[in-house]
Amino acid sequence: MVLSGDWTLSVLNPRCVDIRRQLEAASGAPAWDLAGVSRLDSFGALLLWRAWGRRRPPQLVLPEALESVFNRLADLGDASLPVEPPYRFLDATAHLGRLLLGLVRHLGHFVVLLGQLLLDLLYLLRNREHWPLHEMSANFYKVGVKAMPVTALVGFLIGVVMSYLSALQLRAFGADTFIVNILGLGIIRELGPVLVSVLVAGRSGSAMTAQLGVMRVTEEIDALTTMGVSRYVRLVLPKVVALTLAMPLLTLWGSSVAIFGGMVSANVQLDMSFDYFLNALPRAVPAANLVIGLAKGAVFGLLIALVACHFGLRVKPNTESLSANTTASVVTSITVVILVDAVFAILTRTIGLPYR
Amino acid sequence: MNAATNKVPVELKGLSTRFGATWVHRNIDLAVPVGEVVALVGGSGTGKTTLLRQMVGLLQPAEGEVRLFGEPLFAGSRAEQLARRRRFGMLFQQGALFSALNVFANVAFPLREFGVRDETMLRDLVLLKLAMVELGPEVALRMPAELSGGMIKRVALARALALEPELLLLDEPTAGLDPDRSAGFVRLIRALQKALGLTVILVTHDLDTLAALATRVAVLSEGRILAFAPLDEIMTVQDPFIERFFHSERSQAALARGRSEV
Repeated sequence: MVLSGDWTLSVLNPRCVDIRRQLEAASGAPAWDLAGVSRLDSFGALLLWRAWGRRRPPQLVLPEALESVFNRLADLGDASLPVEPPYRFLDATAHLGRLLLGLVRHLGHFVVLLGQLLLDLLYLLRNREHWPLHEMSANFYKVGVKAMPVTALVGFLIGVVMSYLSALQLRAFGADTFIVNILGLGIIRELGPVLVSVLVAGRSGSAMTAQLGVMRVTEEIDALTTMGVSRYVRLVLPKVVALTLAMPLLTLWGSSVAIFGGMVSANVQLDMSFDYFLNALPRAVPAANLVIGLAKGAVFGLLIALVACHFGLRVKPNTESLSANTTASVVTSITVVILVDAVFAILTRTIGLPYR
Repeated sequence: MNAATNKVPVELKGLSTRFGATWVHRNIDLAVPVGEVVALVGGSGTGKTTLLRQMVGLLQPAEGEVRLFGEPLFAGSRAEQLARRRRFGMLFQQGALFSALNVFANVAFPLREFGVRDETMLRDLVLLKLAMVELGPEVALRMPAELSGGMIKRVALARALALEPELLLLDEPTAGLDPDRSAGFVRLIRALQKALGLTVILVTHDLDTLAALATRVAVLSEGRILAFAPLDEIMTVQDPFIERFFHSERSQAALARGRSEV
């Protein structure tokens, strides 16, 4: 067999199947002449090597320059990838066990986080000069003030939609005035806090996890620890305090805009004047509901920040772990918010509901 | 050798770089001949890495142009640009391995992108590349997070060499390696450069590495190329920067060490 021309990846790969078939057909040939080959890279060499059955043919004319390529292949020998053991039934059990243990570890870390925060709070009560006030205010601005436009937009639209759909039904029964009860109670007590929490979990919770995670990747957290600065005091506490304080205010803001949206829609659709709506609102919705709504906001804010920091501090220094933890943070905080909301609903079932 | 490989692998023509109001480079001309190992040296902030990133098109110069293998990097159709990009490989300072993929998949990535579909062929090629950087098949299934710094560099080198490039760009190849490993890595690069006939451009602070690898040195200072010549000639140039950089006691010792490794 006499070979010539370029035997390189870019030339061979498009016609790989064809060439391999030809080589296989010729593989029995005892004499090979590679003197005419102008270029040969490891791809071309490998094709030949495999056609030869992983050894040199008995008669081989090989230019000096190409010698090293085949030497490397000969050195490689029969190296193969380590084999991963097959998946067995016991592995499934072990997998389940690992999942459960993982959950237990999560809970353990969360308790440690809470405990450490409490200890640090006690320390801060005695050492007032160490309060991370700058960080708190910066975080408050980031999670509170900067979230206002999106909260307003979403709140307004939800208010309009709820009002529009309810009005269609209520008008059929001639019960127009109940729009105030539906909107007022629904938004202030339930929808406002949950809606804002979901927004904040997606917006600020994910940002907190990602920030802590990247600080982990770039060893900034280790740098803090080395300087004797507690990560809980400097990083976690400001986020938790800021979100706990900002969430009730955001809830108030979001609920107000949602009710405003509902009011506008009711005005257009049911000809209900703003004056009437605003006068009827306090009669339809006892003030206790506002307190419940704001309390929910604070609790949800606390939980979102804690969950976000928990996952942020678990990030390992690689990008895969960062993305997995950020996803887990958002999913977990939204789930926790909805679970705790159910608990709230049961605990406050006797409070603030006018028609029972 | 066909006609294409005879062209100058990298050529900078009247290249200027500006960050905000400050000019980092002013009217730089540089032509790297085939088969040379060129080291870019210069003080901190003289834009060595910037220059390297401009060569591969990660940054655009404010003025002037970069020519790879005789053509501008961004000339021609998408397919032509891609074909040009496959003729060089780059080793990033931190390795830049894809952390979601294991070692095998990292090295196989450029090959798969290129269109190698045959899995047994792919396996042999990847193992060959790993063997070239002196890594055994047992590391193939590990994730980048489980590798040491030196191994990350080796795997990244195997990935950069996957498509048999003619030009290899190295950004601080020995940064973060201990002296023993960095000497080993330098030897490895040198052996591969000779075996594969690569043209290499590297940025380094490390005079050991410089003396052991570079056949030519380009000295960057005050936004221009002060000198571009073999190391011995550079040493004779009269200039305060070169004086400080190459003639201090520490530098002399490092250079001597590097030379003895060749």
